[in-house]
Amino acid sequence: MQCQECEERQATLHFSQTINGEKKEIHVCEKCAKDKGYVTYPGEDMHTLHNLLAGLFNFDQESMKPTAQHEKLTLKKDLECPECSMTFTQFKKVGKFGCATCYETFSSHLDPIFRRVHSGNTKHNGKIPKRKGSNLHTKKQIETYKEQLQELIKREEFEEAAVIRDKIRALQADKEAGEES
Amino acid sequence: MRLEDFMNKSISSWMREEGPHSDIVLSSRIRLARNFSDETFPMLASEEQLERIRETIETNYGNQTFQSYKNFSYVSMSDLTAVGKSVLIEKHLISPHLIKKQKRGSGVLISENEQVSMMVNEEDHLRIQLYFPGFQLHEALKEANAVDDWIESKIDYAFDETKGYLTACPTNVGTGMRASVMMHLPALTITKQLNRMVPAINQLGLVVRGIYGEGSGAVGNVFQISNQITLGKSETDIVEDLNSVVHQLVERERHTRSELMNNSKIQVEDRVFRSYGVLEHSRLIGSQEASTCISNVRLGIDLGIIKDVSQNILNELMVLTQPGCLQQYAKSALKPHERDQLRADIIRERLQLEN
Repeated sequence: MQCQECEERQATLHFSQTINGEKKEIHVCEKCAKDKGYVTYPGEDMHTLHNLLAGLFNFDQESMKPTAQHEKLTLKKDLECPECSMTFTQFKKVGKFGCATCYETFSSHLDPIFRRVHSGNTKHNGKIPKRKGSNLHTKKQIETYKEQLQELIKREEFEEAAVIRDKIRALQADKEAGEES
Repeated sequence: MRLEDFMNKSISSWMREEGPHSDIVLSSRIRLARNFSDETFPMLASEEQLERIRETIETNYGNQTFQSYKNFSYVSMSDLTAVGKSVLIEKHLISPHLIKKQKRGSGVLISENEQVSMMVNEEDHLRIQLYFPGFQLHEALKEANAVDDWIESKIDYAFDETKGYLTACPTNVGTGMRASVMMHLPALTITKQLNRMVPAINQLGLVVRGIYGEGSGAVGNVFQISNQITLGKSETDIVEDLNSVVHQLVERERHTRSELMNNSKIQVEDRVFRSYGVLEHSRLIGSQEASTCISNVRLGIDLGIIKDVSQNILNELMVLTQPGCLQQYAKSALKPHERDQLRADIIRERLQLEN
């Protein structure tokens, strides 16, 4: 069968279209189907890792249900980042954050994504920047000391424990002083 | 220009040094993704923001020296020709992404020995990268941390207590670190063992891919193995996990090589010498064939089948025979068949240097 659009090539795609109850048979070649927009081909980009990831992010129940009503609902309460104006819908599409504030803006929706991408992890457990994280460094240090303190008390090594307790006090005082200034 | 001089210019000096296990592990790399705390990520940033980021980096770190990394120079992408850009990609100093999505103010800061490079305004504001020859992940991590602290001394990073370093892509959040090693695994590839090992490696949160990163196929039996997970594990733990897998792969590769020599010596020799012949005598050679032959010859050198040719030949020719490098050598754009001719010429000439 010949393609009904170009009337040159062999028609390889056959389908029927129903508009206002009127049924129409369409026979076209691949090129015309693409040119006339009968079919859309996913571009090369569709295969990149990021698109795959973006697909993964489409997890929440509401957007899974494609009913018009639900679409309206999600649109209405779509989160928008006050800093870069990226919406959560956009984020799910591109799979990238627009700015650091997006992490806060979308925070209620992010943990499932992180769990998926990072084998169930949601909390950072690595390096802390020196300047920006100086308070955090103190906090972590206090936590470590507290653990040591518990351990020493358990073993009834009270003299050692007192030393650690004083260290905790000193660090806490430093921290409070730092927060006030 | 003489080939020797061109080689000296084209091959990063760190690459010439020998590292531990460098018969199998070509290089170790640490990459850190970092962002400025108060600027929009490059994808949505305005031109002024992008320029501001570039300027901060260029003025604070351009022409600076940090410890053994001397004279960082800033190269702006807009100042480079297409060939110049592909040379940087082939030397792994920038990613293809930096070119594909070229933004205003995008560029790279490179140390004189090309061991450290920092991409500016790629997917993140900063991508710090550090290479070591051979298998030296712990050293690379230590040095990368030092460079990171140096940068942080003047820049506020986007960092969150629970989420760690904030990055444009959720796959990098946390440590923002990608640790990777480049491995030459001909024996595991010939015996089809690697394919079977990949699923197990993946289960440990590690990925195996071709040498030009995401989406690239393996060329010349060279593979890149890196961590996928960046959140929840410390940098040291990630490196430790990768380390142990790489160690196992090195052992397996060595074991398989000696098995091949014990059981199929003549076949291995045949493969090696045929490839050597092709490299020594061909007048036209495509990059695929060249990589395969170079890999076989390197295996021959490692196994002592070919003597008097240096091990470094694989690393060198892998870079030199890439399209960008060839065109830079020719100082003009080349059609594919012209490249094949020049590639064959360069390989022959390089082999002659040995004699």
